[in-house]
Amino acid sequence: MVIQASRNLSSIADNDKFSLKHEEIGRPLYFDAQATTPMDPRVLDAMLPYLVSFHGNPHSRTHTYGWESESAVEKAREQVANLIGADPKEIIFTSGATESNNISVKGVAHFYAPRKKHIVTTQIEHKCVLDSCRALEGEGFKITYLPVGPNGIINLQQLEEALTPETSLVSIMTVNNEIGVKQPIADIGAICKSKKVFFHTDAAQALGKIPLDVNKMNIDLMSISGHKIYGPKGVGALFIRRRPRVRVEPLQSGGGQERGMRSGTVPTPLVVGLGAACELAQRDMKYDHAWMEKLSQRFLDKIYSKLSHVIRNGDPEQTYPGCVNLSFAYVEGESLLMALKDVALSSGSACTSASLEPSYVLRAIGTDEDLAHSSIRFGLGRFTTLEEVEYTAEKTIRHVERLREMSPLWEMVQEGVDIKTIKWSQH
Amino acid sequence: MVSNISRPHILAIYKSLLRESQKFSNYNFRLYALRRVRDAFKEHKSLQDHKLIKKEYDFAKDNLEIIKRQVVIGEMYRTDKLVIENQQ
Repeated sequence: MVIQASRNLSSIADNDKFSLKHEEIGRPLYFDAQATTPMDPRVLDAMLPYLVSFHGNPHSRTHTYGWESESAVEKAREQVANLIGADPKEIIFTSGATESNNISVKGVAHFYAPRKKHIVTTQIEHKCVLDSCRALEGEGFKITYLPVGPNGIINLQQLEEALTPETSLVSIMTVNNEIGVKQPIADIGAICKSKKVFFHTDAAQALGKIPLDVNKMNIDLMSISGHKIYGPKGVGALFIRRRPRVRVEPLQSGGGQERGMRSGTVPTPLVVGLGAACELAQRDMKYDHAWMEKLSQRFLDKIYSKLSHVIRNGDPEQTYPGCVNLSFAYVEGESLLMALKDVALSSGSACTSASLEPSYVLRAIGTDEDLAHSSIRFGLGRFTTLEEVEYTAEKTIRHVERLREMSPLWEMVQEGVDIKTIKWSQH
Repeated sequence: MVSNISRPHILAIYKSLLRESQKFSNYNFRLYALRRVRDAFKEHKSLQDHKLIKKEYDFAKDNLEIIKRQVVIGEMYRTDKLVIENQQ
């Protein structure tokens, strides 16, 4: 088949003042899978009929257009539920993990506010959880922000001690978006259950990548994102337990869709895409995970074999292998990012990538200020190839060596001077 | 009536899957599809149960159709090559 109407999209970003000209060297490799992932072609294939042919409102009950969309939405609800061992009735569709986190934190807090006004979370949560908590503090709620150890994992005893009869909710993310560490979710769930506190987890970075079961892990609410699992952007879901029932005060008023918890017409094509992405993730979880392990092992072996003074941020064992956060001592992170312009990388979350402040997650795990400034997150995904990993590792090694050679601090370290003992005088 | 899927049938769909996957204009989708197809056939190499073979065969057929459609769409909205492709 000859495509008559094809277009080359190389010019899309060329008017943008920040764009790099790619024509000669080529487009950069994509190593930012924690920010977002490309849509899997199989997901797009499932969505297209609902973008092209079936446009009905899934809430229309009087004609075929409505019914066909409704059945597609209900199939997707089942696909999402299956992935986490939930009942389809316990899944509501939202615009993404940010909205799901807002509904969970603010919704539970507000509903139970007459009796309980305390919430426990951690210092390394995503901005949308921390910001929701800040907003609640302004309304008079008490929030405990649990610290984490140098490996990024919370202390279960500290969690237990933080819980009071006043506590309505514990919100702790499953896999961290910046350093990839996995929290002991089943243990946290057991503690929350024994103290009769609701447990919410932001699983945006974990869903479909590691096995999750809301019943075995005693999870009461779980936030889910579409675009982190090769699905479309702008859609997510919230698991909300029915037995024992968790009540939330909705954020949005309207037609009462999604059991009154999320009014607004459910976007059929996006939801179908999320469902398809969940089904794929479930079928291929082991396969994809083994690939992540292979890629990250190859990457780390290469880096460690050539470079010293490289620190992996976050626990190396209790981690999701597709997220590798490294600090290259005596190299400035921004300079390294600029030098590695043929690889799309980030020093942390996309939300805060515009600021020069070091990441609050790295600060929470006690990373030195200078090391926090020299960190880079390498995000691997289903579509990353071994070739790309080797290319990126080689480029990283070459530029770290080059930047270190220019650094007077590195020279002193090579001569055996302990930088920490230097007293810098001010003139 | 369930007729058994013969070895030539399986080889034929395997080859079609590889041939179509090769046509993805996107480097990452192309390499993933090739890897995934090869690994899936390797994984099910020793499958004996005809019902299971039929199930995998139908799955392969569905995927072949998906790949064909998605290759066309990818071709319609292709981009510049990746830096790694230009090196080769």
